[in-house]
Amino acid sequence: MTLQTKVVPSLREAILRAGLRDGMTLSFHHHLRDGDNVLNTVLAECSLMGLKDLTVNASAIMGCHRPLLDFIEDGTVTGIECNFMHANVGRSISRGLLKREVIFRSHGGRPAAMERGESPVHAAFIAASAADAAGNCNGKEGIAAFGSIGYAMPDAEHADYVIVLTDHLVEYPLMDASITEDRVDAVVVVDSIGDPKRIMSGTTRVTRDPIGLLIAEQTARAVQASGLLRDGFSFQTGAGGTSLAVASYLGGIMRERGITGRFASGGITGLLVDLMKEGLFETLLDVQCFDREAVESIRENARHGEISASRYASPTARTAVVDHLDVVILGATEIDTDFNVNVHTDSNGVIMGGSGGHSDTAAGAKLSVIVAPLVRARLPLIVDRVGTISTPGEDIDLLVTQYGIACNPKQAELSEKLRYAGLPVFSIHDLKARAESITGRPARIESSGRTVARVISREGDLLDEIRTVMG
Amino acid sequence: MRRSLLFLPGNQPNMLQNGAVLPADALIFDLEDSVSPSEKDAARELVASALRSIDYGSRGLVVRINDIDKPYVKKDLEAVAAAGAMSVMVPKVSGAHTIHHVAVMLDLIEEEYRMEPGRTKIIALIETAAGIEKAFEAAAASPRVEALALGGEDLSADLGCPRTKEGTEIFYSRSRLVVAARAAGIEAIDTPFTDARDEEGCYADTVFARSMGFDAKLSISPHHLRPIHRAFVPTEEAVAFALEVKEAMEIARREGRGAVSLRGKMIDLPVLKQAERTIELARASGMLAAEKEGALL
Amino acid sequence: MKLTKEARAGTLESGDVLVIVGPSESLDIRVESPVIRQFGESIRQSVRDVAASLGVTGGAISLEDQGALDCTIRARLTTAIKRSLADE
Repeated sequence: MTLQTKVVPSLREAILRAGLRDGMTLSFHHHLRDGDNVLNTVLAECSLMGLKDLTVNASAIMGCHRPLLDFIEDGTVTGIECNFMHANVGRSISRGLLKREVIFRSHGGRPAAMERGESPVHAAFIAASAADAAGNCNGKEGIAAFGSIGYAMPDAEHADYVIVLTDHLVEYPLMDASITEDRVDAVVVVDSIGDPKRIMSGTTRVTRDPIGLLIAEQTARAVQASGLLRDGFSFQTGAGGTSLAVASYLGGIMRERGITGRFASGGITGLLVDLMKEGLFETLLDVQCFDREAVESIRENARHGEISASRYASPTARTAVVDHLDVVILGATEIDTDFNVNVHTDSNGVIMGGSGGHSDTAAGAKLSVIVAPLVRARLPLIVDRVGTISTPGEDIDLLVTQYGIACNPKQAELSEKLRYAGLPVFSIHDLKARAESITGRPARIESSGRTVARVISREGDLLDEIRTVMG
Repeated sequence: MRRSLLFLPGNQPNMLQNGAVLPADALIFDLEDSVSPSEKDAARELVASALRSIDYGSRGLVVRINDIDKPYVKKDLEAVAAAGAMSVMVPKVSGAHTIHHVAVMLDLIEEEYRMEPGRTKIIALIETAAGIEKAFEAAAASPRVEALALGGEDLSADLGCPRTKEGTEIFYSRSRLVVAARAAGIEAIDTPFTDARDEEGCYADTVFARSMGFDAKLSISPHHLRPIHRAFVPTEEAVAFALEVKEAMEIARREGRGAVSLRGKMIDLPVLKQAERTIELARASGMLAAEKEGALL
Repeated sequence: MKLTKEARAGTLESGDVLVIVGPSESLDIRVESPVIRQFGESIRQSVRDVAASLGVTGGAISLEDQGALDCTIRARLTTAIKRSLADE
């Protein structure tokens, strides 16, 4: 065999071969989460090479990407497109650090925009925990294994030049490849793609907080009362402690009633793996692994499948997983009386998050549930108008708080079902009044100043704008 | 009606706020064990402020004061009675004298603050060997005393034996306390289960306490509320029987008869009382929707 | 009356507030809070109310708020002022 090796001697060599010039766009994915070394390393190299005016298109900007601020200050980067931005970077963006406006999309909107040519990528940098010399790669093997590589699949599909970075080069052919050689131009071997200890950061444990558990229990009862919890049930939830508690309570009901779910999707945790192994869910459709148990499971278990961001959530896909969802459990930093949800900015208007799959799953699922405490640090969850619209209220069906449940008025039938089940259903205005009776009425914060970010709906339209916040 | 009484540490603002949503039948704002001596004044202020400002809905509101040998007990009583606590839990009750001491102070406070005399009730916490011996005396010492509660931790220390999960060492004390409470016609409240993580253990312990005659259980953890309530769910048969008894009562009342009979058998007062209690438990357990009950009666 | 002695109450735990009071001729109020923009004025008003109700006309009052509810702020400030006024 004469192997056509694509291994290039250095990152710089790969960048040169990609033909990167000032003003071009580089793409990244965030499966290495807070342990990612790749984005910072690539931008440092670009900066040394004197490249200017680059756009970073990343599925998410994480807390560990704070060095990005240096590359903005030295002019290397002047544009950002992402689906999520951690406050470490968001705070500076909110102060107006970046020349151009940040483009926020959703996990489904990002591949759709690439496909439509609205978001061209000149070079994709794909971190792989295992790869062969031809570029077949995955996130399942190697010391920095992170599991599903789903968000990077559209990048491999659409970028002009695709560079795989790996710290674990294996003999050709890597058998269980997630991205295959037909899409890869170059392979760079680096010392480390990321810190395995920090890849699995964050909470992936069921909360012990009594308020979180209370909310989760009410949510599980609401899902049961909706009538959707039956054989063939499909479900998605996040990795937060309360979301996991919902999954755990639902698992309990399914066990008791002998219900078998068809699939759980999205970001996968050990808890969902356990539910699958127990037979409560037949399959898992995984776009991102949140913990070690999930990584091990996606590697070992045939019923735990990897899906691309397009198949997960793209509005332009023929069909996507989110379109088959019965129930999704989502969070919110704010929700308004029209059920619009904000997950982009904090109560002062500072960028600290993003849609991720929020708006995609809310649009697709039959029942979209927001779970959140009614009051956080004296701030009421429910406001007259959210600071930023991340997900339009028409896609949200229920809000569950520790003080009661509010049902979107367009779902009158659901509201009746919940009442019949003895659940505490109120109007969202009543819940808002309850919150303000606890906190007092907050003074209104007016945002002014120039636009620093635009939130693009999954269909590609302008959903909202985020403005500068001083201080 | 209460099945569960949850302790909230008196000097922790977040816990006092959480009390407004936790599914406890009653909340015990603690000024005693969970508050260090240097923070007694702060906790007293905080609890009084919470009682005045936070809407705790239909939950019973109890404040555990410091024991009567401590200098702050009068201030404790003043602050909490005036702020609207329904009951005070008096720790280390060792006989009628403990109750008299507190009752006299409450008389004065209620007069000073122009409250309805006798409004503030007392839950006597029995947690010493002497307290067990004098439990009935304490229960009968004042009409303010609405319940005897058992404190198994301090009691087993006083008895000089290790406190176990099975609770063999407090079996006699539990029996004695239920009998004393019943003899005085008041509630009997069981000692808390102490392992916050063992919900099944708490359930088993509550089932056992209920079988001994306890009406409710103290709780040191929000995680114990569900198992406690689960243990107090009446059987379908018991509920059906209780509803029949109530119905027979109603019919007798309408027909102006004093004696009530069901299927040819006379129903006496204890049976009727138990039926009422069963219906209350069924309602609290969500087994009886208001309309369903109406249709049955 | 004017506060002559330093005293403190409360903690820096979430949902609590650390209040430090000390001597001053006039009523000097300093507030640090994560919700300063939403509730800054309301917090200052509560401080003035509590000080007035306890007859305090002079004192340096500093609050390090961790998102405490109004009832907590009032209780902590009351405790701090009472401690400051108490005889040693």
